[in-house]
Amino acid sequence: MSASTNTEPMLSADGKPLKQSLARALRRQKIRALLLIAPLLAFIFIAFILPIISMLFRSVENDIVATTLPQTVAALQTWDSSTGELPDEPVYAAFASDIQKAAKAKIHTKVGLRLNYEQSGIASLFKKTARKAKKWDMEADGPFKEKLIDIHKGWSNVETWQTLKVHSSNYTSGYFLNAIDMHKTASGPEFQPENKQILLTLFGRTLIMSLAIMGSCLLLGYPVAWLLANLPMRHANLLMILVLLPFWTSLLVRTSAWKVMLQQQGVINDVLVNLGLVADSARLVMINNETGTIVAMTHILLPFMILPMYSVMQTIPPSYLRAAKSLGATNTTAFWRVYFPQSVPGIGAGSILVFILAIGYYITPEIVGGTKGVFISNRIAYHILRSLNWGLAAALGTILLVAVLILYWAYDKMVGIDNVKLGG
Amino acid sequence: MKSTKTILTGAALSLVAGSAFAGSHMASEMTIVSWGGAYSKSQLNAYHDPYSEMTGVTILNDDSSSTAVAKLRAMNEAGNITWDVVDVEAAPAMQLCDEGLAMVIDPDTMLAAAPDGTPASEDFGDMLVSECFIPQIVYSTTFGYRTDLVGDTAPTSVCDVFDTAAYPGKRSLFSVPINTMEWALLCDGVAKADIYDTLETEEGQDRALAKLDTIKDDVIWVSSGSDTPQLLADGEVIMGATYNGRLFSLIEEQKQPVAMIWDGQVMDLDGWIIPAGLSPERQARALDYIMFATDTQRLADQAKWISYGPARASSAPLVGKHADLGIDMGPHMPTAPENLSRAFLMNYDFWADYRDDLDAKFQAWLAK
Repeated sequence: MSASTNTEPMLSADGKPLKQSLARALRRQKIRALLLIAPLLAFIFIAFILPIISMLFRSVENDIVATTLPQTVAALQTWDSSTGELPDEPVYAAFASDIQKAAKAKIHTKVGLRLNYEQSGIASLFKKTARKAKKWDMEADGPFKEKLIDIHKGWSNVETWQTLKVHSSNYTSGYFLNAIDMHKTASGPEFQPENKQILLTLFGRTLIMSLAIMGSCLLLGYPVAWLLANLPMRHANLLMILVLLPFWTSLLVRTSAWKVMLQQQGVINDVLVNLGLVADSARLVMINNETGTIVAMTHILLPFMILPMYSVMQTIPPSYLRAAKSLGATNTTAFWRVYFPQSVPGIGAGSILVFILAIGYYITPEIVGGTKGVFISNRIAYHILRSLNWGLAAALGTILLVAVLILYWAYDKMVGIDNVKLGG
Repeated sequence: MKSTKTILTGAALSLVAGSAFAGSHMASEMTIVSWGGAYSKSQLNAYHDPYSEMTGVTILNDDSSSTAVAKLRAMNEAGNITWDVVDVEAAPAMQLCDEGLAMVIDPDTMLAAAPDGTPASEDFGDMLVSECFIPQIVYSTTFGYRTDLVGDTAPTSVCDVFDTAAYPGKRSLFSVPINTMEWALLCDGVAKADIYDTLETEEGQDRALAKLDTIKDDVIWVSSGSDTPQLLADGEVIMGATYNGRLFSLIEEQKQPVAMIWDGQVMDLDGWIIPAGLSPERQARALDYIMFATDTQRLADQAKWISYGPARASSAPLVGKHADLGIDMGPHMPTAPENLSRAFLMNYDFWADYRDDLDAKFQAWLAK
């Protein structure tokens, strides 16, 4: 105790205060550790984090309108879009000059495609207008209001100009609004007409079905993991191979195999019909719907549930259960009060893994999901590969990423991420 | 020092040798993107092999056509275009052209004239739907049915697909609005000429979906051209829509009890584009290949291996028999006169404008 009241600092062998040299030694160790993992960190940053950030950035980026049609955007500033009246000649003249420049540089169609996401018909409106506008003399050929309206009646539609004005800023919330079934209008964000609302439904379906898949993986996986952990080594190894075997088979092969099993003329239906359990005319529909997706994905994700649970259960000494029983607990009590609580970290790890994998799944729902069993990822893929609306795809992806992070955070608050164990 | 010199000389020599080998400043290797499967095989037989034999060029195949537009856009943004010639349908070709990702083609200087001297622009005629697109074949999306599962009277009209009373059982359709909504309106009594005008209006769209509502529970919605043939072969559906070449292969090559309903077939084009921004050597090579592969004889040759019609008028009389089966291929072409008379022409401009809108509505309707 007297040392703590002593004002003289403790010195190390080289005469410096002990605290200082200890801190320095620790710092050096930390730097060395950091240097050792620096290549990995740099790799992850360049090859993983940066591309994700740049992809996410597309969900708000919208400079194409302002860079392609700068004069129009400036002229539209003074136009009040809420009056329902067409803009005046200066706006039309500015547009005529912009579209002529854009047509000569062959960039007019890009901005047409961009605005067509918001209002159908703008793509061809721009194409048609640019073809004619290329030949105009900007000095002599005015006024352009009648000329443009002559080319296409779209230019006498106030909505066209409203769309142009609403989507002229360099950064936009439009893609995010689209991603939640809303759209930007001259009078603020509004819900899409009901017959176009699809994305919120898909988000909800993705969450619910991922939870269902997680639940069925847990129900099927827990007994298997328990067996794996408690059987004698010889049998456990065989069982482990059976768990891992599908893991080593191609994902597409496994998914297609489920098609053969589940379809109406498939193995399961044939067996049921032959046994007389199901009438030939009332064969079960088990594929191209939610059932198909849940069955196939449960099978595919099962190893991700079993392996973390197994590695946790292996560390639970069997003597605990025996001790509980020797103290008078029934089998059920011993399991629920002694064994189960100790296996919770494994359940947590397996569930998080399966849920997060399921929520972003794409290929299996695409093959067996029909129209009722597809996920939001299928829609993201559609917008990346087919409609080429990368901004919307990026917004959907961002929402999905944030949703997963929020769920992870909530899970941490409720269960505690320290309680999750992926291995011994 | 000496070794460096040797290496440098070696490199210079091989460069010289390389360009001499490739002819006048053309690349000696090219990557051709196509659809894979029987279709790529027909191109290999009709175009790639003869071209390689003639010029010594190595042709690498990449089966990425179904995602070509997205990948080309990504390559363009990355500034590294690895493809030389890309096989795409007409609509994606128009989009690539609009985005400036495909090279503009002058048919009369860059494509071969017909044997009788007709310039390419006339020989291809209406098929030149975009200034970047080099048409190759005409294909169609049409219906096939199981002859043993449809009862005594075989379906003859596309509207039999909507007749669940006469033809009970599942049918398969593509889960996209393109073609599906046109067929629905056609069978709801809209005249062929008025279909796209009707589809432009809210009422017309609702009308098409209401017609589809009547068969919604009897449809298996598919996403790829290989799904329907498989479903037909398994007896999962009694009729279904897919590309006519897939049905030909199912009927004639695999001998399945399936027949075709040509009625209401929707014709579409497939052809080549050359990506914009290739180096001069690679562009010259790509153009040289295109000149060869789209001449009259070569286009007619492709029909020996697959039942798609050549896009040149002058190729039609040259279409002969199937290379392995010995069947006369003429009647199996979507462009054969008796098939053509019942065809329906797709409106590309309409779909370029309305695809995003109608797709959202269609998917929302499917999810209901």
